[in-house]
Amino acid sequence: MEDSVLKLKDFNAFFGENKVLKNINLDIEERKVWTILGPSGCGKTTLIRCINRMHEMTPGAHTSGQIFLKEKDIFGINPVLLRRKIGMVFQRPNPFPTMSIAHNVLAGYSLNGIKLSKNERNEIVETSLKDAALWDEVKDKLSQKGTFLSGGQQQRLCIARTLAMKPEVLLLDEATSALDPVSTAKIEELIFQLKNQYTILMVTHNMQQAARVSDKTAFLFLGELIEYNDTKEIFTNPRHKKTQDYITGRFG
Amino acid sequence: MADPQIKWRKIKNDLFKGLVVFLSLLATLPLLLILFYILRQGFSSINWSFLTNLPKPVGESGGGISNAIVGTLIIVGTAAVMAIPLGVLAGIYLNEQRNSKVARYCDLAIDVLQGIPSIVIGIIIYEWVVRTMGGFSAFSGSAALALMMLPFIAKTTQETLKLVPNHLKEASLALGVPYYKTVLKVIVPAGLSGILSGAILGIARVIGETAPLLFTAFGNPFMSTELSKPMSSLPLVIFNYATSPYEDWHQLAWGASLILILIVLTLNMITKFIESRWKIQF
Amino acid sequence: MNETLKLTDANWSKAISRKEKGFTITLWLVAISVIILVMAAFLTLLVQSIPSIKANGFSFIYGRMWNPITGEFGALPFLAGTLLTSFLALLIATPFSIAVALFLGEYYKKGMMSQLLKNMIDLLAAIPSVIYGFWGLFVLIPIVRKLQIALDIPPYGVGIFSASVILSIMIMPYAISLSRQVIQMMPSDLKEAAYALGATRFEVIRKVIFPHVLSGLFAGILLALGRALGETMAVTMLVGNTNALPDSIFAPGNTMASVIANEFTEATGAVYSAALVEIGLLLFVVVAIINLVGKRIIKHLAYT
Ligand SMILES: Nc1ncnc2c1ncn2[C@@H]1O[C@H](COP(=O)(O)OP(=O)(O)O)[C@@H](O)[C@H]1O
Ligand SMILES: [Mg+2]
Repeated sequence: MEDSVLKLKDFNAFFGENKVLKNINLDIEERKVWTILGPSGCGKTTLIRCINRMHEMTPGAHTSGQIFLKEKDIFGINPVLLRRKIGMVFQRPNPFPTMSIAHNVLAGYSLNGIKLSKNERNEIVETSLKDAALWDEVKDKLSQKGTFLSGGQQQRLCIARTLAMKPEVLLLDEATSALDPVSTAKIEELIFQLKNQYTILMVTHNMQQAARVSDKTAFLFLGELIEYNDTKEIFTNPRHKKTQDYITGRFG
Repeated sequence: MADPQIKWRKIKNDLFKGLVVFLSLLATLPLLLILFYILRQGFSSINWSFLTNLPKPVGESGGGISNAIVGTLIIVGTAAVMAIPLGVLAGIYLNEQRNSKVARYCDLAIDVLQGIPSIVIGIIIYEWVVRTMGGFSAFSGSAALALMMLPFIAKTTQETLKLVPNHLKEASLALGVPYYKTVLKVIVPAGLSGILSGAILGIARVIGETAPLLFTAFGNPFMSTELSKPMSSLPLVIFNYATSPYEDWHQLAWGASLILILIVLTLNMITKFIESRWKIQF
Repeated sequence: MNETLKLTDANWSKAISRKEKGFTITLWLVAISVIILVMAAFLTLLVQSIPSIKANGFSFIYGRMWNPITGEFGALPFLAGTLLTSFLALLIATPFSIAVALFLGEYYKKGMMSQLLKNMIDLLAAIPSVIYGFWGLFVLIPIVRKLQIALDIPPYGVGIFSASVILSIMIMPYAISLSRQVIQMMPSDLKEAAYALGATRFEVIRKVIFPHVLSGLFAGILLALGRALGETMAVTMLVGNTNALPDSIFAPGNTMASVIANEFTEATGAVYSAALVEIGLLLFVVVAIINLVGKRIIKHLAYT
């Protein structure tokens, strides 16, 4: 496919001797929402941490095989640079506790020492917060600490912080699992909006969520990619027994 | 049958509690006595000329300890400049590479260093610095104090940074912030209040040290601000005057003790303030 | 801005990699130099004591005569002085330390009283050694002298006993904070179980807490001993500086640390100063071992 953004080829990931991703092949198209679905411990987090090369920060962790971002082998790209192109949102909201809301949004710039004019700063803060559907709630308290926000707001702040860097791909690791239903709904709605601009790869063990928001779903089980297809297909007509067992709630 | 036994158990319980409270209160008695004495004796000898004059020979009144105050500030300040950066970096290393072999040995070395008696630190610096420079000097005194501060600052930095949650580091790295900037701009600032109060407490701990200065900074009856020359300091002055046979000098020593205690208390209070005010909620 | 960075910006990537490497290496170098510093300190003491080790051999440890003029260097009086003052200090400090630790760690964990007591103990730790010595000279010594007159022994005032009393006050804050730490490490469910069975607090302390934290308290006392062994100024000012084996706890004596403080600057002759360095070496080694063992025990306790 020509509009493939992210491509995994014969990819394996290890923690020491322990192989947690086994021969993954996956092709992710531009401006689509992909879900990696699978039971807890099957390697979902590991998979997306490999894509922005956070995996290799863990002592003893290593990989084999290839991942391409727009046809370029990511292991040939400086990881610092790669991570600016591939944004990531974590399971638990993690705003910087020393920074205000506005500074949190700008963190990717300020921590990297990138100088911005006041206008640029204001614009980035406003558009990023608007993109993250948080602007209306915080526009009057931009100089307050980000840690005073509710969990759902904090998570949207983290999304805004990531969007501010204008990444090409957005990785979401169970970004709603620590949140209440209302916040979850807001973020799901947000993901729906964002796919016009970004390629999104999200991880969840929540089938309803996968069914609600994603275009494509990949089912991961014990480190193996069992199958992937249009979300509708996966949920109505799975090819594999394991997928069927999972979506019908027979395990996990 | 059970009743008297229960009663006896209650009595024992109360007696023990009484003993604990009594001994605890008794334990504070020395502190009260020491503070009382220093305040009573010290205040009467502190006045403007005491703070601004140089020591005078025995028999002449109006001598002061200005050189010792200046000396203490210079010696301790220089020590802090040497020890704080090294200690903080060592603490960062210990936290960041906590599973490495070097970190294990470094941790061990710091434990050993922290235990070295201050007088032995004096010998070591005498051999390293005083012999090399060919004489006593304020700098060698600073080196000795720095060697004493270093392990303390490294430890407090390590302990503080240990409490900084890993997810902040990951958040920063995931934004494409290089590792070194992540450490310096995210991890260290998150632990800044702890590191800062550790550094100040480190200063407070060594500012009263006398033993390591005996054969390094040595003391000097005159005003000196040169790091390469012997220099006076408050603890040295207290020691020399306290052990002298002259009443006048004892008075000066009480005054110097009061000043030293006030400095130490102020530094301790600053750390308490920093810890309570700047605490970051993760 | 961000768009200007292309994925293959080789120069930029190289610069970043260089800085990352530089930072990592700097940290590593600092850690290595701390290790080297401590090893060098030990080697310096060892090398500088060689003349004394050669000249005196083992008689250094059991020799009772310390006479620099005749070249006799037996450090037994100082070893004895150090051990005597330190153990006496521990003996005095331990009951108080455990009492305060129970007060703060068990009886009154919160509240004004415990805050006040805690701050006072912190203050006690903050007072410089030389001030303890000074205060001891002018307040404690006269009292001890009166005691000695009452007991009909020579009223020196200064001596092993006075040094031990001051030393006990000085190590108390340290012993308290360590004991409190281990008492608070005690899992509360064990205590709850005992209280649920109707045990009184005293019984819980004696039968549940003490057995459980005994090794920790031992480690705390060991670490306090490490402090006491090396304590210099206050002891030097109060111990009497007499180079002879003390024949009673009221006799004047000298400790390892105090003899170094008194004689190091005036030591003439290679063996004399080497002998003093050798005393320093002994202190270094003994205190290092005590510290490592004590900390190991506490660390072990924290993990179980
Ligand atoms: N830091 C780690 N060290 C060693 N093994 C790990 C580590 N993190 C995860 N694992 C293992 O890797 C496997 C996949 O984990 P993970 O990717 O977190 O799963 P998921 O996100 O799907 O729940 C699990 O078996 C887990 O035990
Ligand atoms: Mg996960």
